[in-house]
Amino acid sequence: MKDRPPPTRRASPWADVVFSALAHGAAWLTLALLAGILISLVIGAAPAIKAYGLSFLWTSEWDPVQNRYGGLVMIYGTLMTSFIALLIAVPVSFGIALFLTELSPLWLKRPLGTAIELLAAVPSIVYGMWGLLVFSPILSTYVQQPLQSIFSGVPFLGQLFSGPPVGIGLLSAGIILAIMVIPFIASVMRDVFEVTPPMLKESAYALGSTTWEVVWKVVLPYTKTGVVGGIMLGLGRAIGETMAVTFVIGNFNQLNSLSLFEAANSITSALANEFGEAAPGLHQASLIYLGLVLFLITFIVLSISKVLLQQLKKREGLIA
Amino acid sequence: MSADAAVAIDHADAARRRLHARRKLVNVFALTLALAAMSFGIFWLVWILIETVRLGVGGLALSLFTEMTPPPQAETGGLANAIFGSLVMVTLATLLGTPIGILAGIFLAEYGQKSWLGSVTRFINDILLSAPSIVIGLFIYYAVVARVGSFSGWAGVLALALIVIPVVIRTTENMLSLIPHALREAAYALGTPKWRVVMTVTLKAARAGVITGVLLAFARIAGETAPLLFTALSNQFWTSDLTQPMASLPVTIFKFAMSPYENWQKLAWAGVFLITIGVLLLNILARTFFRNRA
Repeated sequence: MKDRPPPTRRASPWADVVFSALAHGAAWLTLALLAGILISLVIGAAPAIKAYGLSFLWTSEWDPVQNRYGGLVMIYGTLMTSFIALLIAVPVSFGIALFLTELSPLWLKRPLGTAIELLAAVPSIVYGMWGLLVFSPILSTYVQQPLQSIFSGVPFLGQLFSGPPVGIGLLSAGIILAIMVIPFIASVMRDVFEVTPPMLKESAYALGSTTWEVVWKVVLPYTKTGVVGGIMLGLGRAIGETMAVTFVIGNFNQLNSLSLFEAANSITSALANEFGEAAPGLHQASLIYLGLVLFLITFIVLSISKVLLQQLKKREGLIA
Repeated sequence: MSADAAVAIDHADAARRRLHARRKLVNVFALTLALAAMSFGIFWLVWILIETVRLGVGGLALSLFTEMTPPPQAETGGLANAIFGSLVMVTLATLLGTPIGILAGIFLAEYGQKSWLGSVTRFINDILLSAPSIVIGLFIYYAVVARVGSFSGWAGVLALALIVIPVVIRTTENMLSLIPHALREAAYALGTPKWRVVMTVTLKAARAGVITGVLLAFARIAGETAPLLFTALSNQFWTSDLTQPMASLPVTIFKFAMSPYENWQKLAWAGVFLITIGVLLLNILARTFFRNRA
């Protein structure tokens, strides 16, 4: 047993301890960050919370002149634009990931994947300027005006498409958000699709599955955690996106129609436009209250997706 | 009897063929949609790039890099101070945020997979990941700007670093947890200490994904305007003093693009051109370099 000498190279006993402490410290720092954000938002919003309580959430009046504030318009704008964005972005991203992992010829894979990732690298302010000066006029001419002329007499749909023909509002903000989050969702989906063991896919192909069946019944179940993670990444970006929305939503603090083309406002663009000029006091506190609401909305959205994820995992356990 | 059997087989055959045809049809339909989705994505990229070049190239001149941001309706002027401010703040923020993010990602994947600290941190990090960048701006405004009493470049750096951290954590953890356990076990079996296993085996195996994450984070903060609005603010003049308000390309573009002045709008398009091309080129260069090295 003792005929072999022990290895001469020995690890420093401290390296492991230090490394572990650093990793733990970084994790604690992350927790401290969230606590810090929450505490400072609550303190900052305190005057507005005292003045309005929860009625802030369903009051639509926003009047800096008379110093009366309610956040309904912005909250509605944020939720609606993000909803439109995901409605478009999730299926498209799935299609892109499917194309890149299963369909694309090998020589096209890399350039196309890079192109989609570059779409994510385009800064949001570029989308904003492009959206306002290039996209909105086109949306107005080729989508809004035809829709208006078709549905002008129809009760519900007519209202949905009413508004001045400038192409600014919830729909264009939603579409631009969708374009912005597609690369995020798609590149995560592609990355996780690609780590599916080839053996698993090849087995399914060998049983006679079509490409679609392999993706839908083998790859997707195997990678669903990553897929939902990707969608979360996209939703987070959509809800919190400021600049692109600020340019195209119109910054109009009234909610007097259902229309997707009426100028509206979102929490983020209200903050971007007004916080710099807001006088300390109720106006500033109300804006921070909005920021707090925004933060809580993301919290709820994420909790729901977490619960869904856990349910998926449970079902997986039952089948297995 | 044999005729009955033959009919039954025929029926089964026909049913199988119908099923096969339907599966093939579904397949072709789905794959066509995937192709359409791909074209949809590329279409926007091409369109945005064309418009950015078309509208931005007009404002390009050497003065863009040598002259300061001008007052409205001035004849000359550039973006030198904004370009410099952006470079400084984004670089410092990435340097500050990346190590913290990677370390926390390592914690989640290698130390705290099952512990309560791990689950809580993972949950919190997903929230920070989705934390609207403008809320980060509000936070730094309260924690730094309001306390110190002035807007500053450092406040901007901090705000941007806080955006880098969660992105890097999420990608690092994702990529590390995709590394097969056998790899770790093989390294441990050789008597490797844990920190070495992480640094030279798992992190190394996952580095493509980790670097993609850092790139994504860098690209994201390079164009971030919202967190700088109430932290670094902006500055009409050149400053390398990070305790002073500092100009940045995105905030300057925002200010100029929303203005009615023609010279400002022209500079805004030139700035958009610079920032888009700069970020895209950097991405491509980093990828090529990395691919050649890997």
